Order: sequence, then C-alpha cells, then structure tokens
Amino acid sequence: MIEFKNIHKSFEDVHAVDGVSLNIEEGELFGFIGPDGAGKTTLFRMLNSLLIPDEGEISLFGLDPVKEYKKVRQIIGYMPGKFSLYYDLSIEENLQFFATVFGTTIEANYHLIEDIYKQIEPFKNRPAGKLSGGMKQKLALSCALIHKPRLLLLDEPTTGVDAVSRREFWEMLQKLKEKGITIVVSTPYMDEAGLCDRVALMQNGKIHAVAPPSEIVAQFSDPLYSIKVENNYKSLQALRQWEHCENVYPFGETLHYLDKRNDVDGKDIEAYLSSQQLVFDHVELIQPDIEDCFIALTHKVG
Amino acid sequence: MLPLIFVLPLVQLIVLVNAATMDMKNISVTVADKDLSSTSRLLISKLEASPFFKLEDLALSKEEAIERIQDNKTDVVIFIPHNMESDFNREGNAKLQIITDAIDASKAQLSFGYLSNIVRGLNLEISIEQQLLTDVKQIKSEALYWFNPNLNYKYYMLPAIMAILLTIIGMFLTALNLVREKEIGTAEQINVTPIKKSHFIIGKLVPFLIIGLFELTLALTLSKIIYDLPINGNLLVLYAFAFVYLLAVLGIGLFISTQSQTQQQVMMISFFFLLVFVLLSGAFTSVDNMPVLAQELNRLNPLYYFMNVIRMVLIKGAGFRDIMVEFGSTLLIACITVPLAVFSYRKTS
Repeated sequence: MIEFKNIHKSFEDVHAVDGVSLNIEEGELFGFIGPDGAGKTTLFRMLNSLLIPDEGEISLFGLDPVKEYKKVRQIIGYMPGKFSLYYDLSIEENLQFFATVFGTTIEANYHLIEDIYKQIEPFKNRPAGKLSGGMKQKLALSCALIHKPRLLLLDEPTTGVDAVSRREFWEMLQKLKEKGITIVVSTPYMDEAGLCDRVALMQNGKIHAVAPPSEIVAQFSDPLYSIKVENNYKSLQALRQWEHCENVYPFGETLHYLDKRNDVDGKDIEAYLSSQQLVFDHVELIQPDIEDCFIALTHKVG
Repeated sequence: MLPLIFVLPLVQLIVLVNAATMDMKNISVTVADKDLSSTSRLLISKLEASPFFKLEDLALSKEEAIERIQDNKTDVVIFIPHNMESDFNREGNAKLQIITDAIDASKAQLSFGYLSNIVRGLNLEISIEQQLLTDVKQIKSEALYWFNPNLNYKYYMLPAIMAILLTIIGMFLTALNLVREKEIGTAEQINVTPIKKSHFIIGKLVPFLIIGLFELTLALTLSKIIYDLPINGNLLVLYAFAFVYLLAVLGIGLFISTQSQTQQQVMMISFFFLLVFVLLSGAFTSVDNMPVLAQELNRLNPLYYFMNVIRMVLIKGAGFRDIMVEFGSTLLIACITVPLAVFSYRKTS
C-alpha cells in the first residue's frame, strides 16, 4: 500500500502540494486528474524520491522515499512527463542501458514488455530522437518496466499523443495491471479518468475527492442541463447574471448549466432565455460525466 | 560534435600559432629626410636591407609623415633634421627622431628596439670609417639563445595552444554534456535509477579523459608535421602530467555543470574561468612580469602548471624530476575538484 500523510511542498512562494493525504492499494490502477499546475508532478517526484517533502510522510510498500531512497529506486518504474531517454542511442541501446543500470537484462523481464516492445522492435536500430510521439512513449514505458518494478509511476504519459495511441496505451496499462503491477498515472484528460480503478481530483495542490469514477459521477446529485444556443457567448453572459444560476460553462458546442434550485424544470430555463431575447435550439436534462463532476467540485471550493 | 573534435585542434594549430606570433616583420616606416646627406642615405639603405622594415615612403616634411601615422598608413616615422650630418661632423653629436604608433604597445617597443639597433650599427660604421680603422675599443656582448637558438616564436606558442586546447576539451565539453542531460531530462530518468553518484561522475569523466589524451596526440603529431616542433623530453612524462591535468579541469567542468541549470549558464561560467586561466597562465605574457597577486593566484591555476610543464618537457627536455612541483600541485587540485564534483551532484532536491 502507498500512503501519503499530510504532504506539503512549496517552491519559494508557490504552495505546489498543500496537505495531501490518501492511500493507494497494491495492484490498483490509480489516476490523479487535474489541470496543469495542480501539483501532480510535484507529488510524483516526492513519491519517487527526487524531491523531499517539506512536511508529512510517504510510505511506499512500507519504505520511506526520503530515508530508503535506494530501495525505492529499485522498485519504481518512473516515466517522466517529458520524453527523457537518450536521443542518440537507438531503441535497443536505450533498453539495454536501462536494464544494465538496474542490474538486470532484457531477456530476464522480456515477458513484461513483450506486448509493447514488439510494436517498436522493427525500428530497434533507429535513434530514439527520431521516433514518433507514440513510439517514444512505448519505448519509455518499456524502459520503465525493464527492471520489473512493483510500482509504475506515469506522469502525464498521454500528453501530446494522438487519440488512437492514447487508447492503445490505456489498453496496455490494463494488461500490466493484470500482471499485478500497481500503476499510478496522472493526466489532464478527463476522459481517461473513467479507465482508472479510482481517481483523485486535484487542483491547486489539494485533493478534492478520491473515489472510483462511477462513484464520483453518482455523487453528483444536482440536475445538469445541456443548452444548445445560437450565440454561446451572449447566452453565457446572460445566464451568469441570472439569480438562480449556480454555474454555467461551455462544454463542446453546448453550454452546461447548473441551477441553485433542486426542482428546476427545463421550461423555466427556456422561459428565461426567451425573456432575454436569446435564440436557443434545445434545453435538456443530461447525465453528468467526470468532467462535470470535476468542474462542480472545483467550483464549490473556488 | 565529432568533426568538431578533429577540426578544433587543426584550426587552432594552423591559425592561432601564426596569428599569435610576436615576431615583427614588415613594420611600415616613413622617413622624412630633411638632411639629404650621405649619412641619411646610408641609414635609409640600411632600413631597406632589414627584413623587419618596409620603407613605405619618403615624406617631404615631418608634418606629412605624422599625418600618415594619423591615417594608419604607417607604423613608424623617422625624422632626420636638416643638418644632421654637419652637426655630427662638427660636434660629433647629432639627433634624429623616431615616432612610433603606440596603439599596439608591444609592436611600438619592438620596432623602437630594432631601429635603435640599426642606428647603433650606423654609428659604429661611421666611427670606424672616420678613425681610419684604428682599433676601436669596445665590449661586445654575444647572446646565446638556449633551447630555442633561432628564437622561433612558434616553438613558444605551440605548446601553449596545445595546453589551451586540452583545457577547452576538458572543461567545456564535460560541463556542457552534463547540463545537457539536465536540459533534455535524461538526468531526471537517471536520478531515479539505483546508479551511484560516483559511478555516474566516473562515467562522465572517462570518455573525456580519453578524448583529451587523443587530442593531445593529434596536436603533437600535427605540430611535428607542420612546424617540426622539437620533442626533446620524454613523452611519457608529458602524458602522465596531461592525465592528471585533465582530471583537474574535468573536475572543474563537472562542478560548474552541477551548479548550473542551462547550457548558457555553463558557457558563461566556463568562459570566465577559461579567460582567467589562460591570461594568468603565461601563455602569451611572462608570468614573472605579473603583479605579485597574479603570481599568487597562479598557484590555484592548473593551466599555469601545465603551461610550464608542456614547454619544459617539449622544448627543454625536462624529465619527471624537474616537474615534481607542478605535478604535485596539479594532483592536489585534481584531488579537490573531482570529489567536489561528485559531492555537489545532487540526485534529490
């Protein structure tokens, strides 16, 4: 089990991580969801022993990353957000290098990376710097796995990767999870949150909620309306000034609207929009997704 | 990077050695001869015969000659006043004026020295002629230039350029290499591996040590082929010293890069150290003429020791016994800088 107990970390005047406490079970696929600057990377770098927390304690399968960093580094596979393998080494050389550094061989743990590595093996003599984004990501994942880590720590692994590669990547993570590896992943993409066992919603260094994605959606009890209007900007302005408005925000081509009243009817909203001389297509009650939950949570706090 | 390693020493050896020469040739001279006597003509013919001077022009007046200095058309003006010869014959004493453009102080000094020599020769010739070869009593000095009998300036500069070359390789390349890892993020990936700090630093030291020694070999070979540089000492002594010297500067380079976050920072700091090291080391000017403070500072300057050793071994043929002090001092510097680099490298922040 991984435990964070009241973790604080500041950089000069920025409070990057502000009192984080949570537990991650062994074998779990756990996601940190939050916008850029939420403090996800800082939290990861404290977990993998690169940063020392100002306050609080971390326990990683019973190890303290501050004191027992040598043991921690043996059991963690870390993939930083920025591609950070040697550009002038080939795919095979990079993998060989990291295997050697961890005192193991490619053959010993080939079964772990086989599915992933097979996809890039045809290009194994190509320098890593000349690979496409998706291939770089697969190579980085192979290198992070080559020493058979107990914990796989992935910092925004899908940022800058196309939609197909992203889906493939998450399928790979599911397979790795079945092999018993604990996976902690951070992402700014809300749609990926649904693929985790549990997620933590994080913003401004704080955790707002920790729960399975379905539970987070279920906790969302307020009626949520999707409004399709002709002029998004004007309607947004008008709805914000309405006394009953709890929150309204653009969501793709539509606006998502939350009311302060629990028993509000779509007709009331239509009436208001008409009274403001706004042309609308439809107003309908919808099921919230994880992104709505995240916005609602941060709105309450903010 | 690889072509750079080959091209850098070649360019330095060919261009710098010739550019940094202190030999004076083709000093441009303008003579304003108001005397127009046989003595003044003798002087002018002597100037014309000298390899150092190029007689640019005969000016009609002193003012015209000085104007040529103003316009950068000539380096030296010799003004021969109206009755130099008659003064000399009548009073045994005559004057002429030498004006030099001292923007380049060393050039001015040298050309004045050469000119004085010519005038002295002229004096001697006239007095011998007039006393009709009765024996002239005088003390003559004869100079012997040991180790470099022909005063070939290149033999002085070549070892210096080699020493600077090794410093650039040692300090710049290593410093840039480590900080580049920080910039592209590979340092982050390495830091989470169980690799030991000392192993990591050794991994950074060894390749550049090999490259440095290879560069020295390349530079020595080129110098021998192109300039026929004498190698009077034991090369083993030189390589042993170069090994220790490289350790010392590699340590400095690595220390700089552990303290920096970007390549710009590394460049700025390395340039600062390189300039101080080179200017203090006596590569271009004699250390004995420097102020006491500079001489004391040189005790901390590894390049100063290397500059001495490489010249002593190559030109003078010094053996290991002769360079003990330099060897010990450089070893001490290396023993400080390398551990400093290891300990200042932080995997955690």
